[in-house]
Amino acid sequence: MRKLLSAKHGFTAWAVCVFVFLYLPIAVMVLFAFNKPTASALAGFHGSNVCDIPPTQLGNMTVWNGFTTCWFSAGLHDPTYIPAIVTSLKIAAAAAIIATVLGLCAALALARMNSWVRVPFDAIVYLTLVVPEIVIAVASLIFFVQLPRYVPFFPPLGGWTILLGQIVFNASLTMLVIRARFVGMGDMLEEAGYDLGSGRLSTFRQITLPRLMPAIVAATLLSFTFSFDDYVLPAFTNGTTNTWPIVLFSAVRFGITPAVNALATIMLSVTIVVIVITGLVLRRSRATTAAPAQEPAKGLGASLGLG
Amino acid sequence: MVGDTKTLPEGRTRKRRSFHPRYPAVLTSPSLIYYAIFFLGPLAILVSFSLATQTGFNAISYGFDTSQYHLILQSLWLKIFERTLVMAAAGSILTIIVGYPIAYWMARHLSTYKMLALMLVLVPFWTSFLIRTYSLKIILDSNGYLARYLGINIMYTKYAIGVGLVYNYLPLFIIPVFASLERMDWSLVEAAEDLGSNAFSAFRQVTFRLTLPGIVTGALLVFIPMSGEYIIPDILGGGKYEFVGNVIGDQFTSAQNQPFGSALSIGLMVALSAFVAVYILLATKEERFGA
Repeated sequence: MRKLLSAKHGFTAWAVCVFVFLYLPIAVMVLFAFNKPTASALAGFHGSNVCDIPPTQLGNMTVWNGFTTCWFSAGLHDPTYIPAIVTSLKIAAAAAIIATVLGLCAALALARMNSWVRVPFDAIVYLTLVVPEIVIAVASLIFFVQLPRYVPFFPPLGGWTILLGQIVFNASLTMLVIRARFVGMGDMLEEAGYDLGSGRLSTFRQITLPRLMPAIVAATLLSFTFSFDDYVLPAFTNGTTNTWPIVLFSAVRFGITPAVNALATIMLSVTIVVIVITGLVLRRSRATTAAPAQEPAKGLGASLGLG
Repeated sequence: MVGDTKTLPEGRTRKRRSFHPRYPAVLTSPSLIYYAIFFLGPLAILVSFSLATQTGFNAISYGFDTSQYHLILQSLWLKIFERTLVMAAAGSILTIIVGYPIAYWMARHLSTYKMLALMLVLVPFWTSFLIRTYSLKIILDSNGYLARYLGINIMYTKYAIGVGLVYNYLPLFIIPVFASLERMDWSLVEAAEDLGSNAFSAFRQVTFRLTLPGIVTGALLVFIPMSGEYIIPDILGGGKYEFVGNVIGDQFTSAQNQPFGSALSIGLMVALSAFVAVYILLATKEERFGA
């Protein structure tokens, strides 16, 4: 008994170390959102708001210089970051919605289909997930540059091409998430609805769709998150459009200001709220479907297409 | 997958059922058309570019020119392929070593706080990848606290890239392994211990074997994106330790040698497929011996 206890303590200690490892960079990110410019930068500055100091004159911002909160308002009024965030939000929302519709349609048909259709389709889906993103990025770049030569109305590189490229991966993701749930819930209730005189469409609307809703919401949110945080594909297919990860990457290269950390901190807070809501939705879905009260993580694991 | 296994034993009862809910096959066509245009299309044009000839700066003529592929076989480029795959493999192994005990701890020793722990694993994964990597850079910086007070100065080396790989992909490994540990029947471990096996050999012969599929999935999930990694070698390696992904990117940005970049991309896909195929063969072989 004593031995078992010590093993448990060992695991707990390891877990604490790993969580520190996972959260240290995030803590640094939040902490440095409150970092002041260096003393020498402050000495040479005569304005009232220290966050007005241009990025190139801030000095070394990778060490702690002092506390200020002005970066939050500086970030929220930044002429580069805010439009980029808005662009990213729009693209991610469009990608998530379109990918969810595509994924839902495919998942419904595929889940109960003969294997001769399903297997080739699955092969393409897994291929979209396995091909490295950099390969898809450069392939899409060539494709989107060549296509307007043959298709007159095809848009030039920009927000549209980012969106078109991102939907591929996202549609596979949403399909797997929704199908995992659809297969898991069986067809008994649909059959019951049909026996009781409900038609195909109303059975879908009144039974299948509501039961699939948690998976659909999870798939949409997951797709949104992936799309919003995606750098590699947009970096090659953006033309002159700037998304948030793209401006972040150039900021990272040339040294970021705490305004970036402040914006990221705000977004982290929003993300946590979204995650908590997702968790509650998934918990409700587990309760309402009366699945055998087994693994609490199956919902999340399965929603990530991993279960 | 589940459907197949169900139809056989229930085949007889199926006939009597009034309704066999199915959705029309045509519902797959929007996705199929989309994949055909925006996924297979780009890949096809990538292949044709890799076989084209560079006729000038940013100008090419199509043909069947395999010289780009011969170029890849030069030791300089092979070395980058080797480095990428070795780093991705090392990163995956490290991720397993760091992540498996966490998944085990969550599944075995937590009950009330299980969901919270899972959320805590997921939150970093849903924070901007770039900012987390940059924060890691601040921590590892040669003027930073770690370098000054502990003498650990690994910035812009392969070790920094290794830390970045493990850091960024750890959640992606923990989740499937946790899911497989959650599915496990712990009474089997108790049975093994009752039959005289000690805790470690019970783990090795029962828990490890049963969760091996989860480990295989998780390792693949992190290995594949690691081998195509572009951002981490750039930020934490400072361009001094490039992966294949970085070289591919360079061919389309600064170097403007698109046929070579395309050939490298195909090469990466082939190398990755070969690696994954061998890995799956080995992993499932082990599983068969265990069973």
